[in-house]
Amino acid sequence: MKKIKQLEMTTRHPVYATILVFVAVLAVMILSAGSGEFPLSPANVVSALFGYGDDFNRIILVDFRLPRIVMALFVGMALAVSGAILQGITKNPLASPDLIGITAGASFAVVLFLTLFSDENNSLTVSIQWLPLFAFLGATLTALAVFALSWKNGIAPFRLLLIGIAVAAFMQAGTTVWILMGPIYQASQATIWTTGSIYGANWSQVYVLMPWALLLMTVALLLRRHMNILELGDDIATGVGSHVQRNRLILLLVSTGLTGIAVAFAGGIGFVGLLAPHIARRIVGPKFQSMMLFSAGIGALLVLVADWIGRVAFAPIEVPAGVWTAAVGAPYFIYLLITQRKKGGA
Amino acid sequence: MLHTNITRGLGIPIGIAFILFLMGASLVYGYTDTSWLDAYKTFMDPNTSNEHLIIRDVRFPRALIAAFVGACLGVSGAIMQSITRNPLSSPSILGVNAGASFFVVMGVVFLSIQSLQSYMWLSFAGATFAFLLVFVLSSAGREGLTPLKLTLAGSAITALFSSVTQGLLVLNETALDQVLFWLAGSVANRSLDLLINALPYIIVALLAAFVRAKELNVLSIGDDVAVGLGQRTIMTKFFFGACAVVLAGSAVAIAGPIGFVGIIIPHLVRSLVGLDHRWILPYSAMGGAVLLLLADIGSRYVLMPQELPVGVMTALIGVPFFIFVARRKLGI
Repeated sequence: MKKIKQLEMTTRHPVYATILVFVAVLAVMILSAGSGEFPLSPANVVSALFGYGDDFNRIILVDFRLPRIVMALFVGMALAVSGAILQGITKNPLASPDLIGITAGASFAVVLFLTLFSDENNSLTVSIQWLPLFAFLGATLTALAVFALSWKNGIAPFRLLLIGIAVAAFMQAGTTVWILMGPIYQASQATIWTTGSIYGANWSQVYVLMPWALLLMTVALLLRRHMNILELGDDIATGVGSHVQRNRLILLLVSTGLTGIAVAFAGGIGFVGLLAPHIARRIVGPKFQSMMLFSAGIGALLVLVADWIGRVAFAPIEVPAGVWTAAVGAPYFIYLLITQRKKGGA
Repeated sequence: MLHTNITRGLGIPIGIAFILFLMGASLVYGYTDTSWLDAYKTFMDPNTSNEHLIIRDVRFPRALIAAFVGACLGVSGAIMQSITRNPLSSPSILGVNAGASFFVVMGVVFLSIQSLQSYMWLSFAGATFAFLLVFVLSSAGREGLTPLKLTLAGSAITALFSSVTQGLLVLNETALDQVLFWLAGSVANRSLDLLINALPYIIVALLAAFVRAKELNVLSIGDDVAVGLGQRTIMTKFFFGACAVVLAGSAVAIAGPIGFVGIIIPHLVRSLVGLDHRWILPYSAMGGAVLLLLADIGSRYVLMPQELPVGVMTALIGVPFFIFVARRKLGI
């Protein structure tokens, strides 16, 4: 009952907050697009985007920087929404795509790919284009294994988490075995991948990622009613006539798909799925639709800023974005934790 | 299931006997062929043969370290799950392992530290620092220290430390080469001195936790009830938190970050002896020791003659068993 009251009480202008966060996302995108070896002013960036300005600027922007930035935007949104769904379903604040093994499964598949398809000179025998597909398969197969193992007249959230953690540990162990058996060169390649980086994103990858991310996020938004009901607990949800197990499975699949496509292109960028929904819940409250949109914005912001810092801070050396997501997000999260009073769900 | 205090009490000597048996097995089995008789003679009638040397200087420290590190991890996991009232907590969630790894990698990268002895002090310092940070951060603010804030601050600090660690390793490949094995966690090739340095702290923390285990029972009902019954919950949490961090810190200092033991052992133990912490803590100590000894023996056989890090092996052995128990017993 307390929960229902909290849902009703959440009137902290989530709409304005969400608009604000997406304005910030846009600003960071423009600033990030302007910085690099050939700096462009924000005005130049905008005019180049609308087809004005000189060709040179447009090539740098459209061919080199923009795919990466758009990729960061969608990866961030996908991971954050995936985390928001998982934390809602499991009602555990520690739940995140990293925790239940989805990311670990993708990492395992990638390390497998790097070792199986490379010859003695450390060069790959098949095209690197296949890597995202491998990662996606690793992520989804692991998630399906977790669901299957926790299925027993339906999926109990608590059992799902425990078994997810166990499977994650198993996959990590497998990854370590594989890395230790391989040469050090591949070990460092694999470390960069598992840290997560969107270095080398191109438009064809964006065209694969974008429609799927949009589709799955729309599905999540359409299921908002079920999501809110599931958060009340299984008994109440069943009582008000919700198909608890069916809806939970659908939402889990949506969440898995979002993480799967994000890690396929960006590697194991961690903490976005964990931190973004918490930050959102502390600012706009626990109602799923506003919380989900807001965390999508926060997630995009985290990955964009992380990628921007990673690109510029130690130039010409690239620091993978995954290093910075927590370095940027965690301090802000701790600040919120200390200064704010508990506001619902978190 | 052990339902009565008599069966639970009987389980303790049986468990200790089993641990001693596994320690014996750890002396005997491995790449170099030795027999139980060799192991017996090494201590009763020593000579300078290779077998005796290996048993005394390589396998004996290893068996002792595995048993103690396992016990530390099991008990600290049980304590942390209890004070955060989150069944998913473990030393790694509260930032202890991440803090230790962070300090060690910093030492390797910036101070070019190489000896395991200095890794030990660095990681102990890192573990303590991370825990204090988590504790202070989660006690700040108007609501005071709630289990939720403790858990969240812990995972945020873990995220922060491990991301910086990863960044340092990505930028510095030689450091990665040097610490990769430490980061995976291992009880092999650790000198007995490491354990002897840490042993006084371990024993004090274990005994202190066992003696006051009753207060964990009160705490696990909920903060309000605990306060109502006259408990100063912040002090209790800090006391047990300190015990847990000494145990987990010693474990990571000796053997590197070994995940998973701290999280699954308390679950297995609760499904065996119930919810009374006076039984959970000693049984977690025994369970942790058994898992780590088994994993260490197993790690010698998987990739023979190469050895796997024991942290990998705990997962490979523990996971199938844990999934089986989770499906059968935890039908929530």
